[in-house]
Amino acid sequence: MRYEAPESLEGAVALLAAATGDSRVLAGGTDLLVQMRTDIVDPELIVDIKRIPETRAITEEKGGWRIGAAVTGAELKEHPRLTHVWPGVVEAANLIGSTQVQGRATLGGNLCNGSPAADSVPALIAAGAVATLAGPQGTRDLPVEDVMLGPRRLALRKGEIVVSFLLPPRPKGSSDAYLRFIPRTEMDIAVVGAGVSLTVDGAGSITAARVSLGAVAARVLLVAEAAQALIGSRLDRPAQERLEAAARAACRPIDDKRGTTEFRIEVAGVLARRAALIALDRARTS
Amino acid sequence: MAETMTNGPSQTYVGTRTIRPDGVDKVTGRARFGADFDLPGQLIGRVLRSPHAHARIVSIDVSKAAALPGVKAIVTRDDFADQPSEFIPAGEMMMNYRDVVRNVMAREKALYEGHAVAAVAATSVAIARRALKLIDVTYEVLPHVIDVVEAMQPGAPLLHPDLFTAGVEPKPDQPSNIAKRVEIKQGDIEAGFTKADVIVEREFKTAAVHQGYLEPHAALASVSEDGSTELWCSTQGHFIVRAHCARLLGLDIGKIRVTASEIGGGFGGKTVVYLEPLAIALSRKAKRPVKMVMSREEVFKASGPTSGATVRVKLGATKDGKFVAAFAELKYQAGAFQGSPVQPGTMCAFAPYDIEHVHVIGYDVVSNRPKVAAYRAPGAPISEYAVESVVDEIAKKLDIDPIDLRMQNAAHEGTKAAYGPKFGPIGLEETLNAVKKTEHWNTPLRKWQGRGVASGFWFNIGGETCASLTVNEDGTISLMAGTPDIGGLRASLAAVAADELGVPYDKVQPIIGDTGSLGFNFLTGGSRSAFSGSMAIVEAAKQIKTDLCARACKLWEAEPDQVEFSGGHVKPLGALAEKVKPMSIADFAKVAGKTGGPIGGVGRINAQGAGPSFGTHLVDLEVDPETGRVTILRYTVAQDAGRALHPAYVEGQFQGGAVQGIGWALNEEYIYGPDGKLQNAGFLDYRMPVASDVPMIDAILVEVGNPKHPYGVRGVGETPIVPPLGAIANAMENATGIRFTELPMSPPRVLRALKERSLSGRA
Amino acid sequence: MAKHHIEAVVNGDAVEFLCETEETLLDVLRDTLHLTGSKEGCASGDCGACSVMLDGRLVCACLVLGCEVGGRHVETIEGMAKGETLHPLQQRFLEHAALQCGICTPGFLVAGKALLERTLSPTETEVRYWLAGNLCRCTGYDKIVSAVMDTAAAMRKG
Repeated sequence: MRYEAPESLEGAVALLAAATGDSRVLAGGTDLLVQMRTDIVDPELIVDIKRIPETRAITEEKGGWRIGAAVTGAELKEHPRLTHVWPGVVEAANLIGSTQVQGRATLGGNLCNGSPAADSVPALIAAGAVATLAGPQGTRDLPVEDVMLGPRRLALRKGEIVVSFLLPPRPKGSSDAYLRFIPRTEMDIAVVGAGVSLTVDGAGSITAARVSLGAVAARVLLVAEAAQALIGSRLDRPAQERLEAAARAACRPIDDKRGTTEFRIEVAGVLARRAALIALDRARTS
Repeated sequence: MAETMTNGPSQTYVGTRTIRPDGVDKVTGRARFGADFDLPGQLIGRVLRSPHAHARIVSIDVSKAAALPGVKAIVTRDDFADQPSEFIPAGEMMMNYRDVVRNVMAREKALYEGHAVAAVAATSVAIARRALKLIDVTYEVLPHVIDVVEAMQPGAPLLHPDLFTAGVEPKPDQPSNIAKRVEIKQGDIEAGFTKADVIVEREFKTAAVHQGYLEPHAALASVSEDGSTELWCSTQGHFIVRAHCARLLGLDIGKIRVTASEIGGGFGGKTVVYLEPLAIALSRKAKRPVKMVMSREEVFKASGPTSGATVRVKLGATKDGKFVAAFAELKYQAGAFQGSPVQPGTMCAFAPYDIEHVHVIGYDVVSNRPKVAAYRAPGAPISEYAVESVVDEIAKKLDIDPIDLRMQNAAHEGTKAAYGPKFGPIGLEETLNAVKKTEHWNTPLRKWQGRGVASGFWFNIGGETCASLTVNEDGTISLMAGTPDIGGLRASLAAVAADELGVPYDKVQPIIGDTGSLGFNFLTGGSRSAFSGSMAIVEAAKQIKTDLCARACKLWEAEPDQVEFSGGHVKPLGALAEKVKPMSIADFAKVAGKTGGPIGGVGRINAQGAGPSFGTHLVDLEVDPETGRVTILRYTVAQDAGRALHPAYVEGQFQGGAVQGIGWALNEEYIYGPDGKLQNAGFLDYRMPVASDVPMIDAILVEVGNPKHPYGVRGVGETPIVPPLGAIANAMENATGIRFTELPMSPPRVLRALKERSLSGRA
Repeated sequence: MAKHHIEAVVNGDAVEFLCETEETLLDVLRDTLHLTGSKEGCASGDCGACSVMLDGRLVCACLVLGCEVGGRHVETIEGMAKGETLHPLQQRFLEHAALQCGICTPGFLVAGKALLERTLSPTETEVRYWLAGNLCRCTGYDKIVSAVMDTAAAMRKG
């Protein structure tokens, strides 16, 4: 098994494009190492991207924020400004695993692991994040909701890696929140995840919103109908009920060891509502 | 040994919170656990395990694996002689060598996913793993059965063609998955129920759970050319390991020396052998040491969880609250081989209560799951969950306070337990009273919060124990015990030795001796190690004190009634005191050679008089009605320790057992797929409580001395896991109005019950 | 495939070792460097028994490859005491009886020390959530949390 740690994007792309056997990108390693240990994957080549500066940087860009794909959850939390601008994204990344896992896990890895239960992905999708990919044919941008196509299926072409995420500029009165349901208080994979990002005007009316649900379908969902339930409302009781109904209607969950279909559908509505209320509260006070 | 604690020596250390002697090594990472040992030239051993829940093993071809460079030995069923059927005690359960040899290495059939089929020893982990992939096993897959009720049905897939239900008359002529039927009876149950004004009958279901020890099984074996064997392993009983390995491998017991490493948790799960016979067999073949460690997945799939069960309870009481008749039927999973803890489950079910008419029936049922091992008070948490739930319902029906109802019916000194003995002094009422007095009990609750109480007990055992005290040349004391120290035993024994001999605590150096250094010791389990170990130390100290007095008499030319031992010295009495000065242990140590030789004592006992420990738990919880998630808000444990040799480690047992019970009640369970494979064989999806899941656990130490122990000690380790299931189920009923009769009360189950209730219109 | 030759600093000492790509930092610490204080409880990052500090960051050693630590600083339980002087947290674990079997203790100590390096005023809830990645099956966490809170209070006093 080869291990390479290129120091440039071109180097990483070249290695991955030329690889003949199974090759994997290593960022935080919190998924890859476990899969290797349990023989789920047996790569011939591991490409560690952590030495590539573009994957490790957090910079302001055109009023928004560009976050490198290999920035860890802990680093996100320690950034002096991100938590205020994108509290939902930061808290989502910091719900993954444990303190130890957050010290290594990255947004890029969480997305590219291809699990619909990934914690940071609904928050990124709700935020309207756009992933920048680099590959043999050059760079391109993809909205995060278009990157994960299904369990362990990504829209990445051979040799392509996720370099960074661009979070859009925040209009005044905007905030986000991410909630997940797990049976314990920590350490579980999300049974349901809900990310909500919204903008509220001075009169208390929601002018823009995005709602994303995780762990309730084969991919993380961007639920337009749920956003519609919010936009133009003050998130009063009727709007909450419309939001819950829209969230539940979008779910196509499975029965598995972490939750039943009926449970996931029921709780998706509850979490969407609760996350929206938190985001609204944050937006009003931001 | 009938000395009571009032005759004990003055206690400087016993009952105080001394620093454990092995503590510094544990907080610096120096302490050596099972996987921390290495020997030069060692090989790495790995086990090939069945992917099928039930399959005939048609053939095993190891030729390709044996040809792989770096592979030095392979063992299969051909390397283990078959064992005739013989039941022997294993901790607090029974096992049969014919089953043990088959569990250690499958013979005719693979009986559960994960069942060991072959093992290799190779020069590296990578080669060992590759070698496993090269072993060709031909399986004839058979239909499997997982659930206990399904396994009991006629026509269920049969695990053992030679298993006929024991304990039924007439003896059956058809084999079955029901290994055994047990029964206890007292009075006339039918007549008893006619006297009841209120009867509650319920059926409960629990899932298999694992002890969850953090340290996977580990063993390192080194066999010499003449067959003498050294074994280091993580175990609760190295003498038991020695006996099993000797038996399975056809060795003299004296030729095996087992050293117990520090042990990273056991809770009953390390009272049996898995890797040890394999490591020895591989080492014997390879002529090199072989080290074997289980992965976490192997621990879940191939060690010994406890039973899941179906339990039906019927309890009758008069309108004044007197329990008059109690019936229960228990069906416990044994796993692939017989030997579930249904017998103790049967005995414990109603034991906290004084009931005239009792009838309990238990079934031991095999199915295609790993063979169960003991888990802390084996069998009792399950049956007492059911009983304590029903007791709570009776309290509600009669509108009697649940603590008062238990108090009214509580077993006390002189009560004859339905399973046989009359209780001596016991502390159940004291624990109920202690809980009732707490601020916890008297704090108001809010909507969707509930409070539950439950009591429980465990018999505790004594058993064969051998421990020694040696006086070194400088007067320091070497203490050697023979039961692995799982949770502070060395601190407790050192305190006892220091007080018995009147020496400073830090002058006593305790170790756990290997099997070559002491006589037979039964294992650490049954809440016996402090109880029995301290008895043996008292005996050893007595021998030293008697010896020193004899030496003093020689030195001082005195009569025995002119000397006495006290305060760490032999003291001259009466007129003699004007002629000679007292001599300390250190003084004698200096002249040991001149006065007869080395000074020491060995306590060799079969400790009797273990006293049961009763406990009462109180829990507050809150339910999120929209998601079914349960939060434990507050928890109090009151338990009778008899006499706490070391209060902090006794509290630790209360707290640890309570949190295991919380996990068992709320989230832990073995989840099987329709293919008979375990779906959650890791800490991610086998959900044990984490630090943020639980509050502080308030521990109330009750001490009703056990008159049969020189210090009044009762074992305490197991009782704490018995009440939590019932207490939490009772709290859930108070929080939601719903009686949960299936564990775990995980969020999907709770939410479904809440939804069904609101759909059916019942508020 | 030749092994990687790695130079790193472990507990303040320069070390060098060879490792295969698939060997984790935990494998290297235990099997190559013979620092067995970090324990393997699960090899999947779910139990925290292998907690170490990597360049000042609390991580699970089972989730880091040995070949990733070239040029980096690793701190394990073996480096926590200074000569004969135990770290205050180690001392308080002993005083509070915050360990029973002791297998989880190194992980808790490394994780607890990492918390105390960020704040000396954690609330009980903050302590519990910080330590949620460290499993203990013996103690029920009560005395562990008390030991950490007590150490924080003592270190606040200076």
